[in-house]
Amino acid sequence: MHRTTSLKRILSNKFTPLHIVTYVFTGIFVFFFIFPLYWQIVTAMKPPQEIYKIPPLWFPTTPYLERFYNVLIKREGFLLNIRNSFIVSSCTTFLCLSLSVLSSYAIARIRIRGGEMMLIIILVLSMLPGVAIIGPLYLIWKQIQLINTMFCLVITYVAFFLPFSIWFLASFFKTIPPDLEEAAILDGCTPLQALVKIIIPLAAPAIFTIAMLVYIFSWNEFLFALTFTRSDSARTIPVGIYMFHGLHEIPWGDIAAACTIVTIPIVVLVIIFQKYVIQGLTAGALKG
Amino acid sequence: MKIRRKDKVRKSASIFEKVNRIRREGLTRKQLGYVLVIPTLAVIACIAIFPFIITANYSFHTIKLNVPQLGRPYVGFENYIRLLGSSRFIDSFKITLFFASIVVVAQLLFGLAIALVLNKEFKGRGAIRATILAPWAIALIIVAQFWKWMYNGVFGIINFFFLSLGIIDKPVDWLGESASLAISSVIVTELWRNTPFMAIVILAGLQSIPGELYEAAKIDGAGVFQKFRRITIPLLKPAILVALLFRSIDAFRAFDLLYALTRGGPGNSTELASLYAYKLLFGYLDFGRGSAATIMMAIFTTALCLAYLKLIRIE
Repeated sequence: MHRTTSLKRILSNKFTPLHIVTYVFTGIFVFFFIFPLYWQIVTAMKPPQEIYKIPPLWFPTTPYLERFYNVLIKREGFLLNIRNSFIVSSCTTFLCLSLSVLSSYAIARIRIRGGEMMLIIILVLSMLPGVAIIGPLYLIWKQIQLINTMFCLVITYVAFFLPFSIWFLASFFKTIPPDLEEAAILDGCTPLQALVKIIIPLAAPAIFTIAMLVYIFSWNEFLFALTFTRSDSARTIPVGIYMFHGLHEIPWGDIAAACTIVTIPIVVLVIIFQKYVIQGLTAGALKG
Repeated sequence: MKIRRKDKVRKSASIFEKVNRIRREGLTRKQLGYVLVIPTLAVIACIAIFPFIITANYSFHTIKLNVPQLGRPYVGFENYIRLLGSSRFIDSFKITLFFASIVVVAQLLFGLAIALVLNKEFKGRGAIRATILAPWAIALIIVAQFWKWMYNGVFGIINFFFLSLGIIDKPVDWLGESASLAISSVIVTELWRNTPFMAIVILAGLQSIPGELYEAAKIDGAGVFQKFRRITIPLLKPAILVALLFRSIDAFRAFDLLYALTRGGPGNSTELASLYAYKLLFGYLDFGRGSAATIMMAIFTTALCLAYLKLIRIE
């Protein structure tokens, strides 16, 4: 009902000043958000003599793909960093999801005593700035000789992203009607079986959303990755790209190529699964 | 004495009984619940709470990692007093507050405007929604790399834009020339990256407002502006407050963008609190003072968080 009226309204008074302002504004903000991405890709594909041309060329005369070859094959570190990022993000996501599904189930469905209190403490903890714990953590990892390993990154990320995923999952679990679970338990299911056979399948979209967000967060994390890694064997991709800056010259073309390689999969992923991403971003804000 | 011993015996017997019962019948539902949260609590306690307590402890000591022969003498509040007396720290706090408030207000306004546009039905709306989501998914450090290239003082495309529009008459080194230009450039980049979050959250809020409300208001003769003020804003308020909470905290602890774009320069004009604290810790290896700085940040963010939560609860 609402939909048809608003459509009609738009069609009937197409040229009000408000509409013109809206179109201009839309044009400007779409340009603002897209242009930097476009410029990065174009820079990556310009031959060396065209990158530094003034006035700049809007697109390369001939696409020059050698930079991608440079970055992927010639720089040994880059592929290694990507592999590390895959390992770190996958392990973080798996561990974080396993832990938070179990504890959200205990808090939201079993309703253990102190569960609500735990949620509040977790919320406050998640507001702590990363620099407030990074000093001692660094010394601890160094002391037990886990510095410069992917392991210490994974454990740190798990702790850092747990609050967010517990909040999200617990509030989702609470919305599942209790009847199904009770019926299963009457039929002789243990609570754990009920979790695996009833709750997890019902919550699959929410779990998928959280998995994707945790994956993106750990793929993008910089502060801990910068501090806890020393060599390419443990570095993740954000730190790897940051290290592209040479001492004297900044290889802008190579940096643009590397950024493009890393950015495109994530952007494609987000666009394909935008429904889930938006659900994840907004649920926290709307259910609060 | 005797009674106490008896109590102990009874207690140990009951624990023994409990263990036996668990062995016989399995865990009760509640007990299982506690077992399920133990791993989570262990990880959070070891990796978040414990290091934070150590940070608090460090902040009362002189700890210089590059001068180990100093030991770690207890100095009371000296680190705090020194920091509060140093203009660099006070300035970093002021810049952080300035940065965070500008960023949050601008994101709220732009996010609201974009959400209002996207809430209308038109061709290509889905495509626009998807594309503005893209910046949000890119690592801040990567965002910083390509904005740095656009801000470049000689070859940057932004110089070209402004030169051809006649806004400036010679190329400008956006990140290195002056304090105000550098902080504005950082703010623009931050807006590019995080306004989509605000827009998407507000859009979801807008879409949850039932259309009948607007119909009813229309029948009652309300204008566009009145509908916006009386219906849209009050119903959006809770969603906006929560989004503001997340954005303010994030803006307050911003690190990546500054670290990669300006490193705090020119001078210390863009040195936000977390950047300064990080430099104290891992640049000067002064863990005592660095910890004190981060504790003050933590106190501030917690206070901010509690204030927001109170506001949200009142709503």
